[in-house]
Amino acid sequence: MSIASQAAQAVPVPAAMPQPILKVEGLKKYFRVRKGLLARNSQYVQAVDGVSFHIDPGETLSLVGESGCGKSTIGRMIMKLIEPTAGAIYINGRDIAPLSRRGMQPYRREMQIIFQDPFSSLNPRMTAGDIVGEPLLVHGIADDGERQKRVVELFRKVGLRPDQMPRYPHEFSGGQRQRIGIARALALGPKLIIGDEPVSALDVSVQAQVINLMTDLQQEFGLSYLFIAHDLSVVKHISHRIAVMYLGKIVELAECGELFRNPLHPYTEALLSAVPIANPRKTRKKRIILKGDVPSPIDPPPGCRFNTRCPLAIDRCKVEVPEFREVAPKHWVACHLR
Amino acid sequence: MDTIVQQNLASGGIAATASEDPILQVKNLTTVFQTRSGAVPAVNDVSFHLHRGETLGLVGESGCGKSVTSLSILRLIPARAGKVEEGSVLYGGRDLMQLDDEEMRRIRGGEIAMVFQEPMTALNPVLTIGQQIIETILLHENMNREQARERAIEMLKVVHIPEAERQIDNYPHQLSGGMRQRAMIAMALSCNPKVLIADEPTTALDVTIQAQILELMQELQAKFGTSIIMITHDLGVIAETAHRVAVMYAGRKVEEAQVEDLFEDAIHPYTQGLLQAIPGMDSEVEPSGQRRRLYAIEGTVPALADLPPGCAFAPRCPLATEICREKVPPLVEKKPRHWAACWNSPRPYAAGQA
Ligand SMILES: Nc1ncnc2c1ncn2[C@@H]1O[C@H](COP(=O)(O)OP(=O)(O)OP(=O)(O)O)[C@@H](O)[C@H]1O
Ligand SMILES: Nc1ncnc2c1ncn2[C@@H]1O[C@H](COP(=O)(O)OP(=O)(O)OP(=O)(O)O)[C@@H](O)[C@H]1O
Ligand code: SF4
Ligand code: SF4
Ligand SMILES: [Mg+2]
Ligand SMILES: [Mg+2]
Repeated sequence: MSIASQAAQAVPVPAAMPQPILKVEGLKKYFRVRKGLLARNSQYVQAVDGVSFHIDPGETLSLVGESGCGKSTIGRMIMKLIEPTAGAIYINGRDIAPLSRRGMQPYRREMQIIFQDPFSSLNPRMTAGDIVGEPLLVHGIADDGERQKRVVELFRKVGLRPDQMPRYPHEFSGGQRQRIGIARALALGPKLIIGDEPVSALDVSVQAQVINLMTDLQQEFGLSYLFIAHDLSVVKHISHRIAVMYLGKIVELAECGELFRNPLHPYTEALLSAVPIANPRKTRKKRIILKGDVPSPIDPPPGCRFNTRCPLAIDRCKVEVPEFREVAPKHWVACHLR
Repeated sequence: MDTIVQQNLASGGIAATASEDPILQVKNLTTVFQTRSGAVPAVNDVSFHLHRGETLGLVGESGCGKSVTSLSILRLIPARAGKVEEGSVLYGGRDLMQLDDEEMRRIRGGEIAMVFQEPMTALNPVLTIGQQIIETILLHENMNREQARERAIEMLKVVHIPEAERQIDNYPHQLSGGMRQRAMIAMALSCNPKVLIADEPTTALDVTIQAQILELMQELQAKFGTSIIMITHDLGVIAETAHRVAVMYAGRKVEEAQVEDLFEDAIHPYTQGLLQAIPGMDSEVEPSGQRRRLYAIEGTVPALADLPPGCAFAPRCPLATEICREKVPPLVEKKPRHWAACWNSPRPYAAGQA
């Protein structure tokens, strides 16, 4: 059986009203940390602070935003690798937030994650072939011969060679390791893939192969992606909608073309202005430099969290939290001035 | 010594000068791994040089040998896996390959520092990032522990890690991916190295912080004449930071040129394919939501343990001819200061004609 038919099997009969494959509501994660070396009191890192969004079947939603704003934490909560502090996570309409490890079992096949740091997510004592084949083994799919065939196929799909299967993770380059992680995520034919910087270690040509593979699978089997990335040219290419985060909150959400044509949040504007251009002679349009330090997620600024660095900030921004509003059709933003 | 932050970074720049001797010279470097499938020449007869105050970009297909090249320069190839079989790395009149371990330890992290590709593999998970940065500083600078801690906090601030005073006592897993990467950059810069090897230093950074980090490196370069080897897949970063670029394919250097020449007039078919695969920011999103397919070079790299006899790119090259499959093309100066290893590209450049 091919990966194709495997995934096809997993696609449910479409309901009358297509419901989102994933919907999160008011998602929060506060990490407890020590305050000072000796103090007893602990403080909380508000890594994710009330995030809501949904992903439709066959849709790609990208999460972009400042380093440390909570993107990986969201991905890990959806996979239930860490427990949310608050909020709901609906998979096909069912809230998985309260589920135990065991209760999660049926969902594991349908959701997969590609981790940001490939090396630390691969078992160093297993060969690449076994790593990719493991999910098939765990879920009791395919006998030995069948599994071997599937792994070979997966290797080819991500641009690795089957002769590399007996090698161990440390014998690969960074980008090759990343592709092992991608192959493993695809093994069970999931319906939702959370890709945390899944192509960041690939050269543009291999990256193009992987992205084409991802879009092909999407068109064929209606796969959905939550795509976390910082390369905005890739994000622009792959996304249907984009959510921009700053310090634990979504500050703007819009359809892909609309966001690039008409960014409304000052942070989004700064982000788009900083994209490096692959042309050594081209002088860039003015880059918006964000002044000041990234504020602490333990003690975020009152009012708009961006106010300490926003070039447009007014007095109101320091006291009043801007509401997340739909200012144009399907274009949401949290800013007093828009 | 003044701390890096206190010094005024905005002083005039030191232009890359081609006249003085290179600060680092890699000659015929060949690194081979012994694996179950045979000897793997991950780096195959690679030569390049680096001037004071210059940034050399190193690009190429995933797995082509960029990281192994930099690990070889710093003698960090694990002995049980493989070794540098040939070649020399000249630095300050000495061949790094000949130094004893103690001498090498003093250079590594001090005069030549490296930002490793995967922060989690380079950072020790059971030590706080502060302990790790402080150790590096103590090893290379004449400071006591307290001063070293001060310097470490300062370095974390320089790389824009919020709340450096708190984060310094955190373990790597408590930091976000981009913070870990910046902690490693802080560590590499903490002893003000003369040569910085940055292996994919910004993969986990959003573009605004990436811009700040790249600017920081350029400021250090302008101030101290730091030389940088910048390894990255982000060709936008290469265009904005590199003076000169070397392109690798399957362990060999296949092209080298000034950055403008490489982007405008790439000679090697692999480089041309690579440039074509950049997903442009200019492209409009189609209203239907239909995704355009990205251009990708057909096929995959051959197994290094089993390289074809001629040009390693031949199985994927649209221009390949008979000779390509038989003989490895030599690296030739095809245009002024522009080298390529390809049989079927413009005739060799000779002085006087252009
Ligand atoms: N310990 C090892 N044993 C065997 N082969 C190895 C080992 N380390 C690396 N290699 C092989 O050497 C080649 C070069 O690897 P290297 O890490 O230098 O690639 P790279 O150019 O840095 O790629 P990337 O862009 O993906 O990081 C790869 O094909 C890799 O599989
Ligand atoms: N285990 C933990 N303990 C304490 N704080 C944590 C922990 N994990 C993450 N954090 C903090 O939570 C915040 C969000 O981290 P997260 O990894 O989600 O960021 P990110 O958006 O993925 O960033 P990057 O783009 O750099 O990967 C950061 O401030 C980080 O330091
Ligand atoms: S609400 Fe005020 S501080 Fe926040 S983004 Fe808008 S203008 Fe800037
Ligand atoms: S030598 Fe031949 S195969 Fe190699 S790049 Fe040139 S034309 Fe292509
Ligand atoms: Mg992350
Ligand atoms: Mg590498």
